[in-house]
Amino acid sequence: MVSTLITWVEDKPGVLNRVASLFRRRAFNIESLTVGHTEQRGVSRMTIVVDSARTDVQKVAQNLYKLVNVIRVEDVTDRPAVMRDLALIRVRANGGTRSEVMQLVDTFRARVVDVGLDTLMIEVTGTEEKVEGLVEVLRPFGILEMVRTGRVAMVRGCNGGKPMANEQ
Amino acid sequence: MRRTGAQIVWEILRREGVEVVFGFPGGAIMHTYHPRQEYGIHHVLVRHEQCAAHAADGYARASGRVGVALVTSGPGATNLVTGIATAMMDSAPIVCITGQVPTAVIGSDAFQETDITGITLPITKHNYLVTDVNDLAYIIHEAFYIARSGRPGPVLIDLPKDVQQAETDLVVPKEEIELPGYRPVGPGDPDAVRQAAAMINSAQRPVILAGHGVLMSGAMAILQGLAEKTHIPVALTLLGKGGFPESHPLALGLMGMHGEAFVNQAIQEADLLLAFGMRFDDRVTGKLAHYAPGARKIHVDLDAAELNKIVPVDVAILGDLRQVLEQLMPLVEPASHQEWLNRIDQWRAETDARDIANRPQNGRLLPPHVVNDIWEATQGEAILVTDVGQHQMWAAQYYHQDGPHPLITSGGLGTMGFGLPAAIGAQIARPDEEVWAIVGDGGFQMTAQELGTVVQEQLPLRIALFNNSYLGMVRQWQEMFYDRRYEATRLLNPDFVKLVEAYGIQGWRVTKPEDTRQAIAEARSHRGPAFIEFQVAQEGAEGNVYPMVPAGAALHEMIRRPIPAVEA
Repeated sequence: MVSTLITWVEDKPGVLNRVASLFRRRAFNIESLTVGHTEQRGVSRMTIVVDSARTDVQKVAQNLYKLVNVIRVEDVTDRPAVMRDLALIRVRANGGTRSEVMQLVDTFRARVVDVGLDTLMIEVTGTEEKVEGLVEVLRPFGILEMVRTGRVAMVRGCNGGKPMANEQ
Repeated sequence: MRRTGAQIVWEILRREGVEVVFGFPGGAIMHTYHPRQEYGIHHVLVRHEQCAAHAADGYARASGRVGVALVTSGPGATNLVTGIATAMMDSAPIVCITGQVPTAVIGSDAFQETDITGITLPITKHNYLVTDVNDLAYIIHEAFYIARSGRPGPVLIDLPKDVQQAETDLVVPKEEIELPGYRPVGPGDPDAVRQAAAMINSAQRPVILAGHGVLMSGAMAILQGLAEKTHIPVALTLLGKGGFPESHPLALGLMGMHGEAFVNQAIQEADLLLAFGMRFDDRVTGKLAHYAPGARKIHVDLDAAELNKIVPVDVAILGDLRQVLEQLMPLVEPASHQEWLNRIDQWRAETDARDIANRPQNGRLLPPHVVNDIWEATQGEAILVTDVGQHQMWAAQYYHQDGPHPLITSGGLGTMGFGLPAAIGAQIARPDEEVWAIVGDGGFQMTAQELGTVVQEQLPLRIALFNNSYLGMVRQWQEMFYDRRYEATRLLNPDFVKLVEAYGIQGWRVTKPEDTRQAIAEARSHRGPAFIEFQVAQEGAEGNVYPMVPAGAALHEMIRRPIPAVEA
């Protein structure tokens, strides 16, 4: 059971540290946290995935609001939203297995982004389940290296999230 | 006109209405100290930076304004930490300005460098590292706004030496604050308020739990009006003292671990608790599973994170307490709960019969009698500042306050050493009022060096030291729960009267109850600071704070005051 919180914060030095410190201080369990720029200057956006079996999501939001630089928190867990994770996977693929790996990549609508002598680097974007699925079928070939971004989320429809869309 | 960062500090402090700063200079802040005289802001030189934070805190609580501490980098900054954490736990508005090594060497482990913004991240409401002198004026302005608005708290500004030295054209910050995410709350949700009013109107055995928020939101008058209209008795938290007159017929007094038994009985038997500006600290609730089991609960607080944090409530109202009570007032019906109050009075009578203050003197000097005598002499109108420990609880129990002053004490963090420096701040905030510091021999010795500050500032402070030659509260627990093994709690103390005399302070020593009133009278009429050492009972029934809810017990499982054997 995970919950997804979109959090808009002021783009100021140390804000990520404040958020991370809050999670540690209040013993909240965090699955992933991504951060990046938004359409609006001076505003960064975080997607925070929380283990809601062990952490009260309401409390997370209330405590985030105590941080002066947090502009808005929205729980999108129960809203229709596009949620995506991106992974880069370096997998062993020599002459014998290369075509098989590339077939799997096609099936998952992933992409080969780098080719080595005995390896392929694969980029896959999708829900965590889809990424997990590809990882599982690639594992027998030998995964040499992997990096994942963690979840980013955006609500569907035209009434998406805006940092100042409503007052808390 | 060109100004240095140092000049901007004082310019903006003056614009924020600052009249006094508590501090201790050092290499990384002396540049800021240099132009102070030109700005007419008084500086109080403390003897240890921790006390600059405590004094700013005491100043803030006594005046309702923002207290300011000014120290150097590294050890100066780290010494503030206990004082900042104390202010954070008790929502006291202070602004701390720390010097920092020049921006060019930040991160290089330079002399007296420490990452004070990192260290204080979880114990400040907000903090800043200023890297551009052009940001400085606005940051100070914003820091004061954050410190005093919403749920008040400490704000720290870390100021590198080169920023203090840099010159710029001062642009006076405009009044409005540009914080898109920071929105202090106002009135409560009308539906929730209506729901609360309906609960109040149908309650049979209601109790109001009044906390620090009553004083901080200025809700004293409306709280009294509401209590009188609805005929609901009012219990107080430690920091709630002063929020409701304790001589009022509806006043119950202190609740919780060392609250009176009848108050806790009333809470346990209540069918409705109205928690106003308090946060269900574990010292207030006892064992949560057995806390007020038959009561529905209404909680009003301005911090959303406090609602449903400890005690799940039936109605949670996020809002400024004074405004919420003003919303509630027209919706509640006049009521009489005489039967309920009569029941409480029966419990109260039993409590009164056990009370040491209601028994004749037996020749031994007992702290409740001493506090009672100070209370009578000052007619309950002194500003009381305490340290932490047994004397703190006796002061809370026996110094009845009709307001509007708070009891200035470290409630949340329980910081020993808070008393003397906080009293210095309170006396400076209220130069014409009588300020008493009530301290124990343990905590007093943590910050006793501030006697020097008292003398240098010529403060007419009254200090009452309760000396039992123990770390009394820990010793009490050892007596009750640890086989009377007084591990590491016995104190070999100095001659306290000689100690204060070395600082030039007049001292009295009282060992017999019949001398108490005389010493208090002499100390009160003495010009300048006065100090009284009361050598009080060390252990047993007369050396312990009663009643007491043992750790892990429910509120109604109090250890009551022992009924004494008839004296021969």
